[in-house]
Amino acid sequence: MARHSSGHERFLRIAKRDRMPKSRAFMIRVAAVLLSLVVSGFFILAVTKLNPIDVYKSLFAGAFGTKRRFWVTIRDTMMLLCISLGLAPAFKMRFWNIGAEGQVLIGGIVTAGMMRALGTSIPTPLLLVLMFACSFAAGAVWGAIPAVFKAYWNANETLFTLMMNYVAIQLTSYCVARWENPFGSNSVGIINQKTKAGWFPAIFGQQITLNVIIVLTLTVLMFLYLKYSKQGYEIAVVGSSENTARYAGINVKNVTVRTVALSGAICGIAGFIAVSGASHTISTSTAGGEGFTAIIVAWLAQFNSFIMVAISLLLVTLQKGAVQIASQFNLNDYASDVITGIILFFILGSEFFIKFRVVHRSRKGGRS
Amino acid sequence: MLSIVQISQLLQSAIVFGTVIMFGALGEILTQKSGNLNLGVPGIMYLGGIAGLATAYGYEHLAKTPNGFVSLLISFTAAFIASALGGLLYSFLTITLRANQNVTGLTLTIFGSGLANFFGGILNTMAGGVGQISVRTTSQAYRTAVAHFVQVGHVGEIFFSYGFMAYLAIILAIVLYVFLFRTRAGLNLRSIGENPGTADAAGINVIRNKYIATCVGAGISGLGGLYYTMDYIKGTWTTDSTIESLGWLAVALVIFATWKPLNAIWGAYLFGLLYWIYLYIPGLTRSSQELFKMLPYIVTIIVLLLVSIRKKKEDQPPASLGLAYFREER
Repeated sequence: MARHSSGHERFLRIAKRDRMPKSRAFMIRVAAVLLSLVVSGFFILAVTKLNPIDVYKSLFAGAFGTKRRFWVTIRDTMMLLCISLGLAPAFKMRFWNIGAEGQVLIGGIVTAGMMRALGTSIPTPLLLVLMFACSFAAGAVWGAIPAVFKAYWNANETLFTLMMNYVAIQLTSYCVARWENPFGSNSVGIINQKTKAGWFPAIFGQQITLNVIIVLTLTVLMFLYLKYSKQGYEIAVVGSSENTARYAGINVKNVTVRTVALSGAICGIAGFIAVSGASHTISTSTAGGEGFTAIIVAWLAQFNSFIMVAISLLLVTLQKGAVQIASQFNLNDYASDVITGIILFFILGSEFFIKFRVVHRSRKGGRS
Repeated sequence: MLSIVQISQLLQSAIVFGTVIMFGALGEILTQKSGNLNLGVPGIMYLGGIAGLATAYGYEHLAKTPNGFVSLLISFTAAFIASALGGLLYSFLTITLRANQNVTGLTLTIFGSGLANFFGGILNTMAGGVGQISVRTTSQAYRTAVAHFVQVGHVGEIFFSYGFMAYLAIILAIVLYVFLFRTRAGLNLRSIGENPGTADAAGINVIRNKYIATCVGAGISGLGGLYYTMDYIKGTWTTDSTIESLGWLAVALVIFATWKPLNAIWGAYLFGLLYWIYLYIPGLTRSSQELFKMLPYIVTIIVLLLVSIRKKKEDQPPASLGLAYFREER
């Protein structure tokens, strides 16, 4: 019977921690990030023979070195943060929304379509409000489809939302082919380049002020929503146990659909910001993989929107910095994905030491 | 109507395309049967592709007269090992450290595609000239068609015009089927995927089985990337996201095949057919072609829905799919 209790298990046992003090948990995470930077340093050293410290210095310069770089870093951080905010409620409910990429694209398509169609007939402020509303709705619908099937037929949402990404990508390709400008370029080009109709206006002389305002407002709202609202509480209950939720009289089906629709809607907003507030065009790379990265951001932050700000900033800084390193040392940008991967692996692994502890059992009958 | 030649062409491109994702899906079926939902398949396929290519490149440059067969063996082994190491990393994080499977898998995808494209880019730079590396001898060995040895007509070409890996995929599917559904070890593995607690109580080593299934599964998935670089794009490297989209399609195929290796064979070819059919439908504009490329994904969604609505027991995903096993938590 004791076939599985092999030798080493007798001396090492893994037990759940009750609760670790926040400061200590934080220290573990910081240690993980530092350790991962050391390992990434070795990677850089191995492939470039460059001093890693110098490389990290130019990495920092790449992200914040000039005024322009600084604002691009902020802009992309806001984008990643916005998607992460959208994913947070769904993930808190343990609904694996892997479909952010598609939800962002749908919001982007709607925005780009409206910019093209209505740019000349509706004044920009009104158009912005309309585009906001429509991309919100489109993202909500795109998210709600898998949610309905999950709620009523228990269709696997991880796989369903994943497929929806590719449907959205092909839909985007379709629109790009329909709207291409100039003809034959296979891209939409900058929409309304002359009139700037439907573009975010510059505020305080800065083109991306509105991006920051929208996303930071969402950050605060999402924090309050998840922490203090009744709906946020319902999400938490459904997430920890559907049976408990049912027993407590929560309509799990409704909560599921409502929450994922909200999740998709905010991702739709991210698409709106990406098109109207940043690139002013649409392509299949508008979401650019951030929909996947955001999943990791939301998960690592444990759905706390303020921690998401920090993690988004860290990851985008790395990406931007790596692009700079790449051009400076004649490498390619993909180094940033490698480093991102290494850092995330370390943070993921470090969670173990926060949640569990390893108990050494002495032969003389330690704790059993 | 399509002519015989066109049909033959369409089927051939469908089979080549299908072979790439069949490897990916077969590995993932093995992994998922042990209860691990590894969303790192695209990353693993990248790892397999670049490992095979890099070793073949190294060998062709070091050897005075590179032998295709030797190079094939080296690159094949390297691809399998590199991908299995990706699986090992995933296993360590999710099984031993109990990290979340979805997040770990996605990270592996980012990491694998980053690593592969990074080194692929370096290789392309090293190759100089046109800026693209090419391992002609090795690729030739992979692509030597069975039809090379026997005389066949148009119909024969449909069956015999591929490199050995296309047949290896089919054999692998059959072997996997026999293993999973006709052996004791396969039954043990499936029981872990359904209910690890019960399996553990029955004396099955859950941890070891999960590790082995995930690592071997990753190795098999990686062969899809190898086949892609060596055969599909003929021993070159393009720094883009094609392998990633093929990797996700492989994940889709797992669902489409309802976790059965034999279904993955025809499913893969059907996906290939759906993927390429737009080239053979007359009167499509460029935009409507894009809509046609949605077909494999739409079909997968429909299958997913049918499976969950009909609730047939043998079509369901493994019951503990995606959940970490923690003995003390029972």
